[in-house]
Amino acid sequence: MFLQTWPWYVSGPAIALIMAALILMGKRFGMSSNLDTLCSLGGAGKITDYFKVDFKSVNWNLLVVLGSVLGGFVAANFLSPNAAVEVSTNTVESLRQLGFESAGTTYLPTELFGGEALASPKTWGILLAAGFLVGFGTRYAGGCTSGHAISGLSNLQLPSLIAVIGFFIGGLLMVHVLFPLIFGT
Amino acid sequence: MKKLIYIPIGVLLGVVLYKSEAASWFRIQEMFRFDSFHMYGIIGSALVLGIILIQAVKRSGTKSLFGDPIKLPDHPRSFARYMYGGILFGLGWALAGACPGPIYVLVGAGEWSMAIVLLGALIGAFAHGLLSKKLPY
Repeated sequence: MFLQTWPWYVSGPAIALIMAALILMGKRFGMSSNLDTLCSLGGAGKITDYFKVDFKSVNWNLLVVLGSVLGGFVAANFLSPNAAVEVSTNTVESLRQLGFESAGTTYLPTELFGGEALASPKTWGILLAAGFLVGFGTRYAGGCTSGHAISGLSNLQLPSLIAVIGFFIGGLLMVHVLFPLIFGT
Repeated sequence: MKKLIYIPIGVLLGVVLYKSEAASWFRIQEMFRFDSFHMYGIIGSALVLGIILIQAVKRSGTKSLFGDPIKLPDHPRSFARYMYGGILFGLGWALAGACPGPIYVLVGAGEWSMAIVLLGALIGAFAHGLLSKKLPY
């Protein structure tokens, strides 16, 4: 059980408890503000005032990041004898039609993240563009899934609802309109 | 030293995101294709318990473990930044199959290609900082 997929009714409440733990320490649960902190750490404050921060007041979020990296290492190496993600057959079929033959057999699609795929400049372009949209979009919106969809909505914030509606407009557009253009043959 | 507590909290988060498969590109696809309840169950149940816990903290006036008052300020009112920023993030979330938390978790899991996504995200965050005075908020 522990080594299989954790069910939503365990995972969701666990995430809420992690959020509560951070709030009880006087912090907030959000995994995208650390991108700004990393820019500041890299010296971006010399280029624009936006990145001038009191590093001591924000470095806690880099410790959460460090923990998450370690958590990913532990979960992948010691808690996951079988990493294949059993998504629904509809999803598997739709993705196979787009050329994602690894659907249903791996944790991430090898066609986009595998070593061989990295030989293609197109893969690099897609991964960099996807990352850019994540970084730019979350910082513009002031939060991501954790900051808006979970923390913000939990605190009944209307701005977070607007942001989450935006997340879905963007996500649905990507999957249903742009995917066939990017990955279709 | 007391800051070190954030590391085990991060470890727990990383394990939950990986083992719930919320960090799997395929689960994000499945969510945006409305083919399974799994992701909606995770976010929905986190939200139900989250609302209860935050209301409890607010109404009880509990102080933080370090003795300071707990501040949960309202987000600044606006439409443009949340909608435009949200759409841009949504496009990236569906393409990368990962939001910021899972990007770190997957790098730890040994998915080295995610480091390219992370590099893109840092460039994106930097570009936002550069343009922040010119964007509609």
